[in-house]
Amino acid sequence: MALTAVKKVPARLPNLGKVPAVDEVGVNERVSRFQTRSIKTSSKVEALKLILSMIDLTTLEGQDTPGKVRQLCQKAMHLHDALPDLPHVAAVCVYPTMVAIAKEALKGTDIKVASVATAFPSGMSKLSVKLDDTRMAVAAGADEIDMVISRGAFLAGDYRYVFDEIRAVKKACGDAHLKVILETGELGTLDRVRRASVLAMHAGADFIKTSTGKIQPAATMQVTLVMLQAIRDYYQETGRMVGMKPAGGISTSKLAIHYLVMLRETLGNAWMTPEWFRFGASSLANDVLMQLMKQSTGRYQSADYFSKD
Amino acid sequence: MAIPENKLAFDGGWEYAPAPESTDHVRINKRYGLFINGDFVAPEKGKYFDTINPANEEKLSRVAEASEADVDKAVKAARDAYRGPWSRMKPAERGKYIYRIARIIQERAREFAAIESLDGGKPIRESRDVDIPLAAAHYFYYAGWADKLDYAFPGRKARPMGVAGQIIPWNFPMLMAAWKIAPALACGNTVVLKPAETTPLTALKLAEVIADAGLPPGVVNIVTGAGKTGAAIVEHPDVDKIAFTGSTNVGKIIMRSLAGTNKKYTLELGGKAANIIFADAAIDQAVEGIVNGIFFNQGHVCCAGSRLFVQESVADEVIAKLKDRMETLIVGDPLDKNTDIGAINSRMQLEKIESYLAVGQEEGGTMHQSSCRVPKQGYWCRPTIFTGVSQSNRVVQEEIFGPVLAIQTFRRFDEAITKANNTPYGLSGGVWTDKGAKIFKMTQSVRAGVIWANTFNKFDPTSPFGGYKESGVGREGGLHGLDAYLKLGALS
Repeated sequence: MALTAVKKVPARLPNLGKVPAVDEVGVNERVSRFQTRSIKTSSKVEALKLILSMIDLTTLEGQDTPGKVRQLCQKAMHLHDALPDLPHVAAVCVYPTMVAIAKEALKGTDIKVASVATAFPSGMSKLSVKLDDTRMAVAAGADEIDMVISRGAFLAGDYRYVFDEIRAVKKACGDAHLKVILETGELGTLDRVRRASVLAMHAGADFIKTSTGKIQPAATMQVTLVMLQAIRDYYQETGRMVGMKPAGGISTSKLAIHYLVMLRETLGNAWMTPEWFRFGASSLANDVLMQLMKQSTGRYQSADYFSKD
Repeated sequence: MAIPENKLAFDGGWEYAPAPESTDHVRINKRYGLFINGDFVAPEKGKYFDTINPANEEKLSRVAEASEADVDKAVKAARDAYRGPWSRMKPAERGKYIYRIARIIQERAREFAAIESLDGGKPIRESRDVDIPLAAAHYFYYAGWADKLDYAFPGRKARPMGVAGQIIPWNFPMLMAAWKIAPALACGNTVVLKPAETTPLTALKLAEVIADAGLPPGVVNIVTGAGKTGAAIVEHPDVDKIAFTGSTNVGKIIMRSLAGTNKKYTLELGGKAANIIFADAAIDQAVEGIVNGIFFNQGHVCCAGSRLFVQESVADEVIAKLKDRMETLIVGDPLDKNTDIGAINSRMQLEKIESYLAVGQEEGGTMHQSSCRVPKQGYWCRPTIFTGVSQSNRVVQEEIFGPVLAIQTFRRFDEAITKANNTPYGLSGGVWTDKGAKIFKMTQSVRAGVIWANTFNKFDPTSPFGGYKESGVGREGGLHGLDAYLKLGALS
């Protein structure tokens, strides 16, 4: 991978007054331009496989049990054995109490275990509790931590608090990768999405992520574009690459392909790998598999031919 | 993968496979006559010329060259139709015919879009999403006015002018035909229209639509040819009004020839629009606006944002982002759905653009082009920007009509306005800022017919369009566009 990726950048509270404005009408126009790209034949198959490899297969429910998590891990390892040469998904994403179960189930594979933490999804707790939550997940073997920012503090303008909190969680992560969830559905404007992205990256985020999936709207192409542009500017300023994870609401292949088009035309090829781009999704995988089967057989198969775990 | 530090890499990796628009449904005759008095007829002198596909230089069809005698026949047909059914028809009936044209264009939109791209070189994405739908929208809009003219100009009696001679350019053939024909018919005039010699096909397909819509013979006549045919229309004594869209040079010739006659005229001519980006603008969207302003339709747009003014404090950032964005523009087959920039319309136009690229460099400008590959066959120009140029450079002063942007910087508001107005043209302009007050101040001080704020190249049939100074006389579109085809008198 690119050498520049591991560059260390000292964490300093950025001057958010210098963050460029975002014009929503213009963002909508750009997004609709990505959506008119026509992805066919070989480039479609390539895209579908890439999408599979970028999926963080997710279960984040109060009713999750070890059995459910093991089933999900089985799915992660065996997406659809009828199709040869399929990549595996990037990671399985679970609550901290399920990390050890997932880690055990995925032993011997390169599938990562990601855990949400920091009083997910609301983040409404004390920093010490959030840090314990994080340490617990890391101690159980989580490779990646998906934290939530304190949206209340951010909306109240207490950027220093949000910045320090992300830094503290980053420290608690140790070697685990940190994804910072902005929960864009609660930020309200694209200007705030852009500022929160800049704040998170300067505080040390390895990835920035749109949503918890618990708030509507979750990921949209609009917020993702604004975040990708923030990543690009941060990279050009500091030389450090930051990853991107849209999560929630991406359930069809067609939409996921549009995200890839947007990624390619905004950040270029270096980001077109699971190392730098993820889809947080649960039902997307089966739609992609269905499309891949269609590409190889020429026919759509019933949804009952694809395992639902 | 080794990438140079802090540079984005857009080459290689996952590429888009070809996605060509099918042309199975497209029907182009081997030869087209002149559409006069409701029929395709052979030209008097029997002369035809080729129309080619600028993307591969292959012949698409042969088209009649109308002589003075042919133009005379067309004007006579238009005069008869005017005296006969058209000016006496109930206005609501006229409206019905125009609605019918609009609907048939919508039904055949795919074919029209494909032919527009084949004959003119523009990307199918634009002909499909802009040219054809907007053309249909113009017919719909003016159809609605046909029986409401007395309400458009309260207290005055609206009467048609008679026979309108209309000459349209090659950059938006179907759309320009709509801008001309729709208001003329709605106001009760009849028409002799000449499309440009490099892009006659969609106008000839439009003639088929007009025949299928059942318009009385002679209401719309379409004659093809080059400058001589155009001159025959302008100079014909029985034409009441001339509507011309094209170059400022030809506009001046037309004005001279009309001087002293009783003919009315509207002229839509060249432009060299200032697109002004202030430091407080939404930079990423502004970059998109620059791209849309100058690279839309290969820059073959009279209102293209061809002069960019960027406030000095953000100039480096804007230019760097623009260069990255240019790398993602796909130049190539106009019929490919992913093409952003198609073929240059003709060899002549390509030579003109290339001569300006040479002039710009000779005068000391720094030229930058995207690194894209272009096909061997056909006429192509990579997206190009010039930096290090000033108001004294020819690439800043003259209309290039290609994908070539001249970039200058400014420090203060007044400086931007002075430079924006420092041009013989005044067709359009753009402003990018997060401050509403700055938008209003700018729109009041720039002398241009259209000014876009935080967007560019937006068109709507309800909005008037036209220029100041050497950009032309009169307005098309909206209510103003009716005025250009009416004699307004006192109520009797």
